[in-house]
Amino acid sequence: MRVRLTAIAVLALVLLGFVLAGTATAQAATPTVGPAPRAATPARAAAAAPATADDVIHIKGKLIDTRFTPPRPVAGVKISVSQGSKLVGTATSDSKGSFSIPIGNGATVLGETFTVKIDTSTLPKGTALRDPKKVELKQRILLSSDVFITFPIGNNPNPPTSTAIQGVQLFTDGIVFSLLLAMASLGLSMIFGTTGLVNFAHGELVTFGALIAFAVDDLPGTIQIAGANITIFVGILAAIVLSALFGWFQDRVLWRPLRHHGTGVIAAMIVTIGLGIFLRNLYQYFAGADNHQYSQYATPTPWHFGQVLVTPKEVAVAAFSAVVLVAVTLALSRTRIGKATRAVADNPALAASSGINVDSVISVVWAGGAALAGLAGVLLGMTQGFDYQLGFKILLLIFAAVVLGGLGTIWGAVVGSFVIGIFINVSTLVVPAELKFTGALAVLIIVLLVRPQGLLGRAERVG
Amino acid sequence: MDWSSMVGGSLQQALGAPAIIYCLAAIGLNVHFGYTGLLNFGQAGFMAVAGYALASLVATWGMSFWVGLVVGLALSVVLALLLGIPTLRLRADYLAIVTIAAAEIIRQTIGSVTLLRYFGGQDGLQQFVGTFQGLNPFHNSVTIGITTWRPYDFWLLVVGWTVVALCCIVVYLLMRSPWGRVLKAIREDEDAVRSLGKNVYAYKMQSLVIGGLIGALAGFMSALQNSSIVPSQFATDTTFFAYTVLLVGGAARVLGPVVGALIFWFLITFLDAFFGDATQGAHPLIPTWIMSNDQASVMRLIVMGLALMLLMIFRPQGIFGDRRELAIDAR
Repeated sequence: MRVRLTAIAVLALVLLGFVLAGTATAQAATPTVGPAPRAATPARAAAAAPATADDVIHIKGKLIDTRFTPPRPVAGVKISVSQGSKLVGTATSDSKGSFSIPIGNGATVLGETFTVKIDTSTLPKGTALRDPKKVELKQRILLSSDVFITFPIGNNPNPPTSTAIQGVQLFTDGIVFSLLLAMASLGLSMIFGTTGLVNFAHGELVTFGALIAFAVDDLPGTIQIAGANITIFVGILAAIVLSALFGWFQDRVLWRPLRHHGTGVIAAMIVTIGLGIFLRNLYQYFAGADNHQYSQYATPTPWHFGQVLVTPKEVAVAAFSAVVLVAVTLALSRTRIGKATRAVADNPALAASSGINVDSVISVVWAGGAALAGLAGVLLGMTQGFDYQLGFKILLLIFAAVVLGGLGTIWGAVVGSFVIGIFINVSTLVVPAELKFTGALAVLIIVLLVRPQGLLGRAERVG
Repeated sequence: MDWSSMVGGSLQQALGAPAIIYCLAAIGLNVHFGYTGLLNFGQAGFMAVAGYALASLVATWGMSFWVGLVVGLALSVVLALLLGIPTLRLRADYLAIVTIAAAEIIRQTIGSVTLLRYFGGQDGLQQFVGTFQGLNPFHNSVTIGITTWRPYDFWLLVVGWTVVALCCIVVYLLMRSPWGRVLKAIREDEDAVRSLGKNVYAYKMQSLVIGGLIGALAGFMSALQNSSIVPSQFATDTTFFAYTVLLVGGAARVLGPVVGALIFWFLITFLDAFFGDATQGAHPLIPTWIMSNDQASVMRLIVMGLALMLLMIFRPQGIFGDRRELAIDAR
């Protein structure tokens, strides 16, 4: 007991030091703007909404650009409301993208129909309505309360490309995301396979990689070889190495003692939740709540393949992660340590009795899984930017991918990631972009209904 | 440093609506996790369904408050059935993953711009507590010791703790009945219970429904708390907070969640106030190069995460639990 207590204290301290050293510079360079977001904490979650004192009805709305996660507000857009041919009022969206137009007293406007029109020429450059034909909305007032309307803003399909082309574009985007998701999923699946631990703190390993690379990127000056700026590559390398160390360290001071103590699956799962909350907020403590971008490749010029656009960065990221994935799966199936890993996953007791050092295999798996997750984190950060919740946001997608493929199977994690990654992108053809994750999670539940062992898992009776 | 106002503020939270919400959520989880061994990570989903049913029926569709309550409870039963049917036959970790996913689906759907006109998007819904406010018998602020309550808050507190007491009595009676003993047996050894001819699946389902109903009550309280409802009230962390509350007090103990909620909210608010105070002003107690005022606001979550880990490792039975009765750490 004593030993473990010290071990955990050491873990906490070293972690603190780790992240402090890594991101103290980041903190200094990018002071947090405005108050730290406390909205997620329940006590302050719901500030009482300002009540409208009079019974004047407003047409309200919020213009947000859904191409970004989180969506960005679109300011300075003119909206007008008219009744028949009579102009009732106009407004311009503010810095939060919100607008509010009073249209009259509750009793007088009830049952009337108003036309809300957006002036597309005032949209900022590069943004457009997702449906270019929908510049006017008809709104009948049925309740004596404010009415909310929305104009979805997103990718400008100019000229409106055919569904097929859009599908190919989304499919390509999906492939890139799938490769990154696959690396994160493979780590989770390997750890689950060998230890039976469902790691709810796996997302924090992903964020860890992104943060390390950011810390390197944020150091003053650039690292150059023969005149070429290779800072980001050094960042990637640092992320892989430090993530591997972090995973190995976690196993040695936390998970191995718990395993030896005989802590059950459920208790360990709750420990991972505590660890996840702890790490996530520690990241926020040091890196702030802002969205970060790496300095290099900030604005890439895309390559055109017919009407499909691919950025050179995406190609590089995809190629690199494909190579890593192939290397890892080959290593798992061909090398000694790979075979030992699969033996431990199959039956730890039998593996131990045939001379495999189970503990050291598990340590290697932790280091490898964490390195994969960390790498996925940097590359995700390169393609879309990141904040302290990067990993937590995709954690459920990782779970969906792993369960879909079959918990604990190596190929299952990869196959599952591709299904989920492509599905969430292509599904935006029919589903609003903001609900694409929802679709993936729904798929997860449906798969469990019909094929609980996953696509590649072995059927076993449980209960 | 103003200690008395910090203690007063913390007491206000520990006795008020926040503690009641998490206490009810944790009582529901106690039925699921403490008594039956079901790892429900989607309690926030049950809360969201009930809270939003109440708020949207009243605010969007103009129905009565009481209809909202009934529909909210009914929908939480439906949710329990939907979640239970695919997962209760599978291993515990599958239920955990599916429930957490379902809760996220619910939160993202009600917060979406697509359904803005029904659920108000990220800004949520207001103006649905009229009936509840109308029943309020208190017209002046109430002062007890060093805490002062506004009339509405005190009314909420009275109703809330009454509901908590009723739930505790119900759980107490259920768990000392033969039905409750079967649940505990399922928690300890499912196969043994099955071999005695009990339908384990049906018992688990009943447990999921009952715990979900109590979670729905927490959702109502959450909606009534500030007379408004927003999706961020039902984030994944809400469920994790409720687990912490349960584990602090002690799982599989009737009063565990109550004690847990009181202690949890007192400490959380106190920590927040302390770090907030210690980093404020021109010459803060903690120098700014160690901790800024922004950073102080995440301290309580860092401490909470660490506490949840350590609690689970060193004292999984919580303050009042009995390690021999509940072998959480051995499963």
